[in-house]
Amino acid sequence: MTSVVALDAVPHIRRGVKCAYDQIRSAHVVLFPEGVLVLNETAASVVSLCDGVRSVGDIALVLGDEYDGVEPEDIASLVARLVERRVVDVDG
Amino acid sequence: MAEAPFGLLAELTHRCPLQCGYCSNPVELVRRNAELSTDDWLRVFDQARALGALQIHLSGGEPLLRPDLPELVVHANSLGCYVNLVTSGVGLSRDRLRDLASRGVDHVQLSLQDATREGNDRIAGIKAFDRKVEAAAFVRDEGLPLTVNTVLHRQNLDNIAGIIAMAEEMGAERLELANTQYYGWALRNRAVLLPTREQLAVADPIVSAAQARLRGRMEIVYVIADYHEAHPKPCMYGWGARQLTVAPNGDVLPCPAATVISSLKIENVRDSSLHEIWHNSPSFNAFRGFDWMQDPCRSCPRKEIDFGGCRCQAFQLTGDAAATDPVCSLSPARSTVDLILETEMAPSEVPAMAMRKMS
Repeated sequence: MTSVVALDAVPHIRRGVKCAYDQIRSAHVVLFPEGVLVLNETAASVVSLCDGVRSVGDIALVLGDEYDGVEPEDIASLVARLVERRVVDVDG
Repeated sequence: MAEAPFGLLAELTHRCPLQCGYCSNPVELVRRNAELSTDDWLRVFDQARALGALQIHLSGGEPLLRPDLPELVVHANSLGCYVNLVTSGVGLSRDRLRDLASRGVDHVQLSLQDATREGNDRIAGIKAFDRKVEAAAFVRDEGLPLTVNTVLHRQNLDNIAGIIAMAEEMGAERLELANTQYYGWALRNRAVLLPTREQLAVADPIVSAAQARLRGRMEIVYVIADYHEAHPKPCMYGWGARQLTVAPNGDVLPCPAATVISSLKIENVRDSSLHEIWHNSPSFNAFRGFDWMQDPCRSCPRKEIDFGGCRCQAFQLTGDAAATDPVCSLSPARSTVDLILETEMAPSEVPAMAMRKMS
């Protein structure tokens, strides 16, 4: 079951989750109890913007300045997957 | 070349105040004078990080019995690893936890043997329940995430609702409910521990309902009772695939139970580097990938899902570590498991639990 995340939802990194850069894999990673996620570039950008202040829509706007073809719905579905993996939580 | 491991399970010591009869440590426990030194462990952590490990699980035995634990935490944290303290809670005072948290422990995994003081302390073999409740409160007060881990078996499965309630009360963010896996101590005590079909049939829907009710608050991970299943567990997600274990004496194991496979030549960190052992040792390469498999696994589409199940279980029950895990309904040795269920689920005379202790 994948949760639906609204565009005005505000994601933040969960307590006990650490974000890091792994030189061995040359990739951003998220570390949490009993798990590791190796992030691609887009996911790493999204995770770095899950600051408890910006909404999903805000994150899409920021990334839209940096990359072509950023759709807010894609960001929402990526955030939903991060919620499923218990990496981020959403308010609102 | 094999992919890099994500985690190191560092069994710092086999000494433990608890005597649980299903302990995942081997029956032949490593004595204190054979344990790795502080410098050895610091080197092991360096090598694990260089190999790719990002999580260090400080486990045992009871890791709090190592006086150098604070130094080991600092080092694991300085390498950028996620530091997980796996403890019985016995010996975890408020000051000790605060100190370890300030040095870099990211998460605490606390064992709970049963829902009640009486049940917990009978299984643990010592009065530990009140100290676990206290330890959980210290973890919560310190703001660290908490996982409660309970091993399930015939003696506590009927209390599963109480165990879930206890974990909620303790403020756990995760609860691991792991049915006993039968190696070492648990294999020895199987006739005391094997749950009945009726017990599992009652427990399963209670777990499912709690998973739904607590969604978003407390994650419940349920590890199945594999003897009762038609297909094996995806043991370790494949041999030598994601994690490695270093035992208190420096033995490097593809899984914590691997010493039961007596035909396996085990390497040691005193003689070789983790990089060399992970990539090139016969023990880590023995069951990697799919080429080692025999039928029915070799031609089975499920091999990508369960990797042929557990090598240790195959060895223990068939004598061949490369056989299909005999819990699989397609295994020619499944009748062995059925016979065990028939004779040991409800034995006419239940033997006494052999409590874990150094021999």
